[in-house]
Amino acid sequence: MTTEELKTFISQKIPEAVFEETQFLNVIIDATHLRNLALALHDDASTDFDYLFCLSGVDWKDFFYVVYHLTSRNHKHTVVLKSKITDRINPEIETVSDLWKTAEFHEREVFDLFGIKFINHPDLRRLFLDDSWGFPLRKDYKDDVTIVSL
Amino acid sequence: MSLLDGLVTEASAITEDEMIINIGPQHPSTHGVLHLKVKLQGETILDVEPHLGYIHRSIEKMCEASSYRNFIYLTSRMDYLSAHMNNQACSMAVEMGLQVEVPQRAKVIRILMSELTRLASHTLWWGAMGLDLGAITPFFIGFRDREEIMDIFEETCGARLTMNYNVPGGVMIDLHSNFQKRVKTFLDNFKKHLPEYDELLTGNIIFQNRTKGVGFLSTADAISFGCSGPVARGSGVSCDVRKWYPYDGYEAVEFNECIETSGDCYARYMVRMKEMVESAKILEHWIDQIPEGDFQAKTKNVIKLPKGEFYSRVETARGELGVYIISDGTANPYRIKFRSPNFSNLSALKQMAVGGKIGDLVAIMATLDLVIPDLDR
Repeated sequence: MTTEELKTFISQKIPEAVFEETQFLNVIIDATHLRNLALALHDDASTDFDYLFCLSGVDWKDFFYVVYHLTSRNHKHTVVLKSKITDRINPEIETVSDLWKTAEFHEREVFDLFGIKFINHPDLRRLFLDDSWGFPLRKDYKDDVTIVSL
Repeated sequence: MSLLDGLVTEASAITEDEMIINIGPQHPSTHGVLHLKVKLQGETILDVEPHLGYIHRSIEKMCEASSYRNFIYLTSRMDYLSAHMNNQACSMAVEMGLQVEVPQRAKVIRILMSELTRLASHTLWWGAMGLDLGAITPFFIGFRDREEIMDIFEETCGARLTMNYNVPGGVMIDLHSNFQKRVKTFLDNFKKHLPEYDELLTGNIIFQNRTKGVGFLSTADAISFGCSGPVARGSGVSCDVRKWYPYDGYEAVEFNECIETSGDCYARYMVRMKEMVESAKILEHWIDQIPEGDFQAKTKNVIKLPKGEFYSRVETARGELGVYIISDGTANPYRIKFRSPNFSNLSALKQMAVGGKIGDLVAIMATLDLVIPDLDR
């Protein structure tokens, strides 16, 4: 699919999706729509996004992004889904670990470092850090050791 | 109190003929500080659960406080056996933001060093794989060849492991005058030595029995688990970044992507063995035709990337490394994410190991070729 066709496909599913073009096609959606869009992109034969190659969290102070880099090995197209979570106190988003198994580990990492909960994740525990630790990749994280704060 | 609670549930979760064994964090077969909690029934593996974080340094957070020149050097400490490729991916992401054209000479130098790094990494893996499966000689044979490459690195950029040779715009210094001569000598020796590799392990019946049909990973699973590099290619997935998204002039070289379809430990072993031959081929292609010219494009002392996002990827010795930079227009990255190949590859471990024997776990770990600092970052 070309970028335009992808845009049409996504707009049909989620009319309020916002598009941005960098080196990839970026789609900004609300976290509540992510699960539906991910299902459609994964299951539809014309999109067939079968390879999740990067899953990251980003803290923009007012809101969080959970960013999914998806590619289709058959159709050779790539899309970046950015799902916006505005609730900072109790950030939540639905899991995609049943669609792409690699997400299980990546979501645990995001949970560990950002404190974003993934609903229906099979095994949501902290991955690297102790339970008592804060969420170091949040921008309001204060660390006692000055090694990372300037 | 919560710790005790955990212990009680664990104990009641297993039946009388089952047991839980901890492998690591200090265990030779994990090649670093990785802790595997293995649930066994007799010798059969029922469950494997990796515990990470023993060497977590939060490199991504440290990068947020570093400049665009400095953060590159932190990445040598991730996958230290592919230090040069890690640096290359970061430099490429910064160059993408700056829109700097890298001189042809610098590109060729980068490719040459990348392939040498790949050879160094694979020879070390080959030796360690033999060691894991009970053969001690391969370790010395592997290190003999690796040592030669390390000496070339030392002469070129002053370091043997964490090379820090790439800078945004090219490489830090020009090649040493001995470089071509020494690489050629190395290639001659390496080609003479390759049959020894096959004699010692590839054709060894004990080795074959321990790897063939062990740790099977299907094509669909390899894709779903986001595997890349030799692990995915051993399961018949074409995923070589050098072919799919050529960078720094790989499109101009003729080489084959090595793919095996049987999906077991032996397939992953064969992929790496063939890759070594291909790397030597790439080296031979470029070594006599390194273009003249600058080795570095001019960049400003303090680099500021425009507002935006930049994603670059390279094929390291372990698979696809992605560097995702989010810039807010200042001299420090707003956020950096490293998509490390080992992290995704490890997620497939349970799929490969469950149902096998505990002795097979060591073979599976050896063919995953894990570097723990890359997992933990």
